[in-house]
Amino acid sequence: MLKMTGIGKSFLGVRVLRGVDLAAAAGEVHAVVGENGAGKSTLMKILAGVHTPDEGSIEIDGRRVTFGHPVEAQRSGVAIIYQEFTLLPERTVAENVFLGREPGRWGLVDRAAMESATAELLHSLGEESFGPRDLVRRLSVARQQVVEIAKAVSLNARIVVMDEPTAALADHEVELLHALVRRLTERGIAVLYISHRLREVFELADRITVLKDGALVTTAAASTLTQAELVRLMVGRELDSYFPPRAAQPPGEVLLSVRGGGNARLRGIDLELRAGEIVGLGGLQGSGRSELAKALFGAEPFTSGEMTPRRPRTSREGITAGIGLVTEDRKAEGLLLGQRVRDNALLVARATGRGQTEVDRLLERVRLKPPRSGQEVRSLSGGNQQKVVLAKWMAVAPRVLLFDEPTRGVDVGAKAAIHDLMRELADGGMAILMISSELPELIGMSDRIVVLREGRVTGELPAGPSEEDVMRLAAAS
Amino acid sequence: MRRTLPIFIVLAVLLVAIAAVNPYFLEPPAFLAFVKRAAPLVILAAGQYFVIVSGEFDLSVGSLVTAEVVIAARLIDGSAEATWPVLGLMLVLGLLAGLVNGVVTTLLRVPSFITTLGMLLILSGAVFLWTGGAPRGALSAQFRELGRGSLGPVPWSVLILVVAGAVAIWVMRSDFGHTLVAAGDNDRAAALSGVRVARVRTVAFMISGLAAAVAAILLGGFAGVSAQVGVGLEFQAITAVVLGGVALGGGRGSVVAAMAGAFTLEALFTLLNLYGISGALEPAVQGVIIIAAVALGAVSLPRRRAAAS
Repeated sequence: MLKMTGIGKSFLGVRVLRGVDLAAAAGEVHAVVGENGAGKSTLMKILAGVHTPDEGSIEIDGRRVTFGHPVEAQRSGVAIIYQEFTLLPERTVAENVFLGREPGRWGLVDRAAMESATAELLHSLGEESFGPRDLVRRLSVARQQVVEIAKAVSLNARIVVMDEPTAALADHEVELLHALVRRLTERGIAVLYISHRLREVFELADRITVLKDGALVTTAAASTLTQAELVRLMVGRELDSYFPPRAAQPPGEVLLSVRGGGNARLRGIDLELRAGEIVGLGGLQGSGRSELAKALFGAEPFTSGEMTPRRPRTSREGITAGIGLVTEDRKAEGLLLGQRVRDNALLVARATGRGQTEVDRLLERVRLKPPRSGQEVRSLSGGNQQKVVLAKWMAVAPRVLLFDEPTRGVDVGAKAAIHDLMRELADGGMAILMISSELPELIGMSDRIVVLREGRVTGELPAGPSEEDVMRLAAAS
Repeated sequence: MRRTLPIFIVLAVLLVAIAAVNPYFLEPPAFLAFVKRAAPLVILAAGQYFVIVSGEFDLSVGSLVTAEVVIAARLIDGSAEATWPVLGLMLVLGLLAGLVNGVVTTLLRVPSFITTLGMLLILSGAVFLWTGGAPRGALSAQFRELGRGSLGPVPWSVLILVVAGAVAIWVMRSDFGHTLVAAGDNDRAAALSGVRVARVRTVAFMISGLAAAVAAILLGGFAGVSAQVGVGLEFQAITAVVLGGVALGGGRGSVVAAMAGAFTLEALFTLLNLYGISGALEPAVQGVIIIAAVALGAVSLPRRRAAAS
């Protein structure tokens, strides 16, 4: 159905894609994988008409097409669902689905027709939890995604591109999305699925295309590959070197402790973090993990309970007490996207008037590649951006560092570098708390795991538990 | 750099164009006179820069200048002894107005556009009420010396400008300057990195108020007392800053470029004047410039972003 041949593209003289072929058949789930910067997003934006290719051709149903604008791609049956949705939050589901092509009667919008068509559409996608009249703002991220998909289907899309669709979803929502993807393929729609989560790729995909440095590595049937082989194709490295070895020594003194910590989202939190250990914080989306990190740090402080060091009431107090927080949303909360690497790396040191200000050494320690301090952070890959966030904290050498999803949206190579660095910091005497929604990461990295549910600690597990152990504590009983 | 270079080229072209019409323009006396005339606006632009780069606006500076001059004239009333204490008082008043702007904006969370527009109206209303329409009193000769006189061949206002410019550059290179830009780029990330966002923004407003006080001292000396002395200066200052490539909304641009923007605006007015084009056209020219400069910034930014992805 879809055939892209020899696609090449350069931006400002930098070649980001060369000679890439990609084909998709009706009813197929075709995963596109690769490290950040491998060219996946650019390839998909070319397919969606956002960028025009410098070379190569696109055929849909054997007919050659060229897209000068996303609308032209849409008319040819290509729909793309971005990580950041394009819905209007203050409009209803039906209004969003039919945005710009509302069914009309005598020049007025025929709401009834629009809503019944939307209801039918949602029903056919197996979605019963919300209706056409609900405001998009009130829907969860997962449900908003369903609205995006419904919109694509109503546009008669036959090729649906999903860019990291599960990045913001909790595990049970991921299952629902997968069911939805299967429904799409049953209708003969080809789904191009971009994801960093390799387990999902294997669960869903019929075929997998691997990109590396803007070039095609291979396209293969998913059944002929193993996860380890796939990682090796992506980075040239086996999966088993994925996590650094755990701490050799037993943990040292207690650097942070909370007794009965609580606020609007948390209750009765008891927690100790010791020098030299990485404590994993598990739990479902909404269980209060990020809230706990922010409470310990002082950004959304505890309102009750005892804490050592003294309960911080602001981020600044947290920092002066020797606590750092690597936030979940790097772009909104972690970085100054318009500033240079140098100014980001020195931000905390400058704001608090202490710490070291030798940028080159900091960048070397976090293994920024290439270690250029004059670049704007906006132009870096996700992995390098995260390394800049780390540099920012290392400049002030906190005693306790809290990581909220440290490797989300980060390519495999940078992920390993960040993991190594976390272990190195712990071995150097830092206490580390790590939140991760990726169970292999949580289990692979942590010396022990504390699990939250509905704002309370439900249990603690020693190093290396099974995924089932964690889920049992995390899920409602 | 890419954003700051164009303004210097434009400035150089304008200066050459003026020199082509008036060959004496680049001789020291005429050029110093030009710098002297530009000094109040350049200082205001530098003050405005601090507010804009932190992500806010200060619309109150024009009426603050007027209020300062009118108050000074009434308090001094021609007396030499009162000059120095009143000068000090003017600086304090400038800082105080900035403090109020800053506190209302950051703690009461009133958008600065509204806060400073309110301040503009309050100050101009107060001046009107206090003077009954016509300012009373007079500035002393000592006071006017700062705006009119010189130290040898160099006007006092040029010296004050040099000092103010040097201080502005030094502040922007300090930790405070960097945290100010950080607050303008992403105040949430800045706060989570330990920046006291409310405090640095309030200080930016105070710097702008201080700049308005200094500009008032120079303008009072240069132009004398009137209830119109500061009219429109806030827009001239904002135009100058934008012309210097500083992004509205904060986080981008340099203070040197903002000051160059003010010189450019003044040079443009000079050129129009030389060609005999009515001064009444100045606001219209300014309007075109401010829209064009912001549009240029808006057009070139997405392109760079797209290339980065």
